[in-house]
Amino acid sequence: MTRLLEIDDLSAGYGGVPVVRHLDLHVDAGEVVALLGPNGAGKTTTLLTVSGLLPSLAGSVTVLGGPPSTRRPQLVARRGVAHVPEARSLFTQLTVAENLRLGVRRGGDTSVALDYFPALGKLMDRRAGLLSGGEQQMLAVGRALAARPRLLMVDELSLGLAPVVVEQLLPVLRQVADDTGTGVLVVEQHVHLALEIADRAAILAHGELVAAGPADELAAEASVLERSYLGAATID
Amino acid sequence: MSQFLQYMVAGVALGAKYALVALGFVIIFKATGVINFAQGGLVMLGAYLTYNFGVTWDLPFWVAVAMAMVVTALVGVVIERVILRYMVGRPAFALIMITVGLLFILQQVTVAIWGDDALNLGDPWGLGTFRIGDIVIQERDLWAVILAAAAVAVFFVFFRYSSLGLAMRATAIDQEAALAQGMSAKRVHAAAWAIAGATGALAGVTIAAGSASLDPSIQFIALLAFPAIILGGIDSPLGAVVGGLVIGITQSLTNGYQAEYLAFLGSGFQSVMPFVVMVLVLLVRPYGLFGTPEVKRV
Repeated sequence: MTRLLEIDDLSAGYGGVPVVRHLDLHVDAGEVVALLGPNGAGKTTTLLTVSGLLPSLAGSVTVLGGPPSTRRPQLVARRGVAHVPEARSLFTQLTVAENLRLGVRRGGDTSVALDYFPALGKLMDRRAGLLSGGEQQMLAVGRALAARPRLLMVDELSLGLAPVVVEQLLPVLRQVADDTGTGVLVVEQHVHLALEIADRAAILAHGELVAAGPADELAAEASVLERSYLGAATID
Repeated sequence: MSQFLQYMVAGVALGAKYALVALGFVIIFKATGVINFAQGGLVMLGAYLTYNFGVTWDLPFWVAVAMAMVVTALVGVVIERVILRYMVGRPAFALIMITVGLLFILQQVTVAIWGDDALNLGDPWGLGTFRIGDIVIQERDLWAVILAAAAVAVFFVFFRYSSLGLAMRATAIDQEAALAQGMSAKRVHAAAWAIAGATGALAGVTIAAGSASLDPSIQFIALLAFPAIILGGIDSPLGAVVGGLVIGITQSLTNGYQAEYLAFLGSGFQSVMPFVVMVLVLLVRPYGLFGTPEVKRV
């Protein structure tokens, strides 16, 4: 199976202070990996480092055959990485159609976004800033898919959304991985939903990897999840 | 009535010149989110380069204009590459102050090369006129309108349909998100400065056309174009043109009628009137006539 992302002993953070420490993680083609953990655990920091938007402090990241470049982060995207950040990063003053066009890479088109999110078809001329939260998230993921990525990273898809909307959106990521062989790295607060769609999961707490393994095994080990989120001391 | 129409024609022509200057401001703002105070310097440099190629080197006028547009565009790219590239992501006020500094540098360089005496641009229109009924139209004014209309058409198509134009709009809205989408902010910024330089040169030619009217003071017309861009909406090419026309017509009508009907306002009030109109419009439409309001569903 093709290795798309290899993170080896990574430390990363802000202003020289590590938020993530000694992280090992990998994502292969066609699999969904969930990166879980409480707020402040370092999940978003990890994705920003992979995208080249944040420099690593130690260790190595190899994404689609090469390291990310903080001087030219756009090269990571052009290599085939699509990053849907926590804040969606839509261009709110542009229309849905224009946002999708911005995602298209050479040889691609916007139709793939409409295949997975047909509801966007009726909204093409509407400004992105006027969409509902669920529609905005569809657009953010749809724009990422328009790039026909080999590695898709989605940060907090569920942020600010009703659970029923999240239940509709998250399975799309599984479907994308199955249909296209895209590797998906998903950061998510809805732990059980994320484990349902993931092949494997890694759990961070205070910047360190505290558990990793097949998603179904982790889902069965409720105590591991509780310790990670609430802290070991509170369990006992 | 013919007097009124005469003032209107003069106002439209003046407005077209403002519009060309304003378009340069708009493209830099759309791509970088910065108001470029050096645009007046590019306008001035473009006019002097046209003089240099057309009069000093004796090249055909339109060849001189084209070459001036190319060289001013290159100057814009050099400014971006040598100075502003290193300011990407820095506070907007720092960028704005740099553009103020660039205006003074461009002025000094221009005076050092060509002096500060008034020069004849060598345009083919001179003071030539033609008539439509009772209305006298200057040839140079007609060309200013044609060139402004052509420029705004090109701008419209560029921003709406081209990938680079769309990338410019996206980069102006959210640079980090644009980078994450694989867009190169540096490429977008360089292209914006090149286009602003070329447009500035075109504006400089229309302003300086006619006999003995090329001198360094033409850079200050950029200040008078300011109400036009604010009025029209600083991120809208169409707004730049409409704003330019409104300001031009306002100035022309004030110039024509104020001494007769509002003499107590004193002489020179036509220079103040555009700012009065700008304030009145902004009170009603804070984003200008065609500017994009910040829209967000809450």
